[in-house]
Amino acid sequence: MNKTLRAGVLAAGLCLSAGMAYAIDDGSGDPTAVKSVDGKWFDKNGRPTFKVEEDGTVDWYTYVGFTRYSANCLRCHGPDGLGSSYGPALADSLKRLDYVRFAATVAAGRQNVSASQDLVMPSLGNNKNVMCYLDAIYTYLRARADGAVDRGRPEKHAPKPAAFTESEDKCMG
Amino acid sequence: MRRSSWGLWLTAATFLSSALIVTAATAQTAGSDDLVKAQANAANVVMPTITYDNQRYSTLDQITADNVGKLQAAWTFSTGVLRGHEGAPLVIGDVMYLHTPFPNIVYALDLNNDGKILWKYQPTQDATVVPVMCCDTVNRGLAYGDGKIFLHQADTTLVALDAKTGKPVWSTKTGNPGKGETGTSAPVVVKDKVLVGVSGGEFGVQGWLAAYGINDGKQVWRAYSVGPDSELLVDPEKTTLNGKPIGADSSLKTWQGDQWKIGGGATWGWYSYDPKLNLIYYGSGNPSTWNPKQRPGDNRWSMTIFARDPDTGIAKWVYQMTPHDQWDYDGVNEMILVDQPINGETRHLLVHFDRNGFGYTLDRATGELLVAEKFDPAVNWATKVDMDKSSPTFGRPQVVAKYSTEHNGEDTNSEGICPAALGTKDEQPAAFSPDTGLFYVPTNHVCMDYEPFRVSYTAGQPYVGATLSMYPAPGGTNMGNFIAWDARAGKIVWSLPEQFSVWSGALATKGGVVFYGTLEGYLKAVDAKTGKELYKFKTPSGIIGNVMTYEHGGKQYVAVLSGVGGWAGIGLAAGLTDPHAGLGAAGGYAALSNFTALGGTLTVFALPSS
Repeated sequence: MNKTLRAGVLAAGLCLSAGMAYAIDDGSGDPTAVKSVDGKWFDKNGRPTFKVEEDGTVDWYTYVGFTRYSANCLRCHGPDGLGSSYGPALADSLKRLDYVRFAATVAAGRQNVSASQDLVMPSLGNNKNVMCYLDAIYTYLRARADGAVDRGRPEKHAPKPAAFTESEDKCMG
Repeated sequence: MRRSSWGLWLTAATFLSSALIVTAATAQTAGSDDLVKAQANAANVVMPTITYDNQRYSTLDQITADNVGKLQAAWTFSTGVLRGHEGAPLVIGDVMYLHTPFPNIVYALDLNNDGKILWKYQPTQDATVVPVMCCDTVNRGLAYGDGKIFLHQADTTLVALDAKTGKPVWSTKTGNPGKGETGTSAPVVVKDKVLVGVSGGEFGVQGWLAAYGINDGKQVWRAYSVGPDSELLVDPEKTTLNGKPIGADSSLKTWQGDQWKIGGGATWGWYSYDPKLNLIYYGSGNPSTWNPKQRPGDNRWSMTIFARDPDTGIAKWVYQMTPHDQWDYDGVNEMILVDQPINGETRHLLVHFDRNGFGYTLDRATGELLVAEKFDPAVNWATKVDMDKSSPTFGRPQVVAKYSTEHNGEDTNSEGICPAALGTKDEQPAAFSPDTGLFYVPTNHVCMDYEPFRVSYTAGQPYVGATLSMYPAPGGTNMGNFIAWDARAGKIVWSLPEQFSVWSGALATKGGVVFYGTLEGYLKAVDAKTGKELYKFKTPSGIIGNVMTYEHGGKQYVAVLSGVGGWAGIGLAAGLTDPHAGLGAAGGYAALSNFTALGGTLTVFALPSS
């Protein structure tokens, strides 16, 4: 390996290890967080997105997204958004699927029933355990799709914003 | 008279050509008194548990420890369905009856013709039931009785098919998928009734077991796991727990308000029957939700072993293994009925390997608890079960606070709990050999982190309320063991580590061979005494079905369904990682998807013709 190439590899490694030094477009475009409203981050197009600090601390919504995904979605879509023997890996799907289509699919469900398979996603539109956390679940899966968050429970997360508690109580009733 | 016609058939079977047997088998009307006799003819497998006692032991002995190494695939059959294939086929005379996961196809296969399809039944079911099924679209099999094949479909339609033609004789709806009730378990025929249970512990159902007349499909009784005495079918004065009457409102007193209405206690496991005591045995599943803080109390009678009168449904005794569950340790695993001497006296025992990691031995006539010991040393959520009969906590597990998700509370991640929610053992049934006196148990060796949180109930929607991470038990990378267990001493005799959870039902035979399948897809044969591996064969997909054996044309066959899926397909397809491993241990354990892919196939094995 020549010196220039080695330096390049090292630099790339440093970039990756420092979190999202640069971003790759996903289904919703550039996921770089540009704005925070009460601890909830948005990209330049106003879509919910993740924010991972240099020490690996994730924003609160990404963290809650992990817990709610694991409780409500894992049964079909597998741990860490990696898919199961029949449910698609959402960590892949979100590389193509944008926020609006994601939200619509969760709310309305989806059927792919043919002679060879019976893939049916339920309509979750009236499921508070999902809909009250829709943005958080999206944010978590977006972070997984972009490789910003590794498998498993994020080790460190930002504190719970007061606005989150307020909207959670309102939504869950 | 039914009894004598069966006797005649059994005699005839010995002498007549096999072509005539099928005629005789379908012409007579075998009631289930006759099933008691029919199960003793090891050439056939007339029920999904092989015998009423759930021993999964066959007296066939052509295949032995000496010759099993020569076993070969004799013929195979593709079911045409991709999802997880649990259970095993039935064999009656010259016909094999095979079920599939949703859409729940039933095939009658001609054993005289390498499995040619005699008839096929495919129900029409609304596909919206698919996502209401907790963990894949599995079905655990068919029941037989009175010349009919019984199927409990995913959408809770119980249908009786003419065993000869596959035409429905009657059908009835047992539950409501709109509120999360689904059918996954295999029915059992007891006398003139067919018994079915329900799935839906993750959807807040009120679990029940129900009995229907085999001739007309009319409901005879329905016994709920939780709720008022009238729905539980208990006698407060006569139904006992640890030898004492349970008293009035035994379930209601252990729930807050009317939470019992969505309290779970599903009944999706296996059912056993003791004709002499006239009792059926089964277990109930987890209380809903998985967040224990939201349902204070013991949540009776979830997580409970029930002994009921099959004629009336009335419970004779109950024993709750995991009061106020905090880990999803469903109590639905099979109850194995054996008679073994303890201290020189033959005892009528019930042996049960629970999800919670304890192997229980009880007197099945009285419900007296005799032994409760861990069948995986990794089990840590409880130190032991209190066996002191004078103690107020007799029969209760001594829960370790550190691993108590109730104690640690909502929004707290309780780490390092063993076993994981899928249990030290799940539905995959164990086997017992009266020759060795040992139980052969397929087990999981997986631990978890568990964080419960507030959850809201909506009918027909998942009602879970906890986040779990699962990973191999500390000290190794194997996620399963296949063990031999002494239920009288409560001790492991030998243990074979397996890379993945062993999710296949075991089979013990008089030939001294024990069979099981692995998630990579191997059918394995081991020596019943030593556990030494004698044979293995890689089937087309991971095995979550149960191994069975039958005799046809004077020759012994072994059969197993492959087709990976179920809980195993969810948790293991992506591989499990250890969140507590240091950075140096980065990289997940090998993913199951590197070993196997979907697809249902039956593989039938035999010794080569000499």
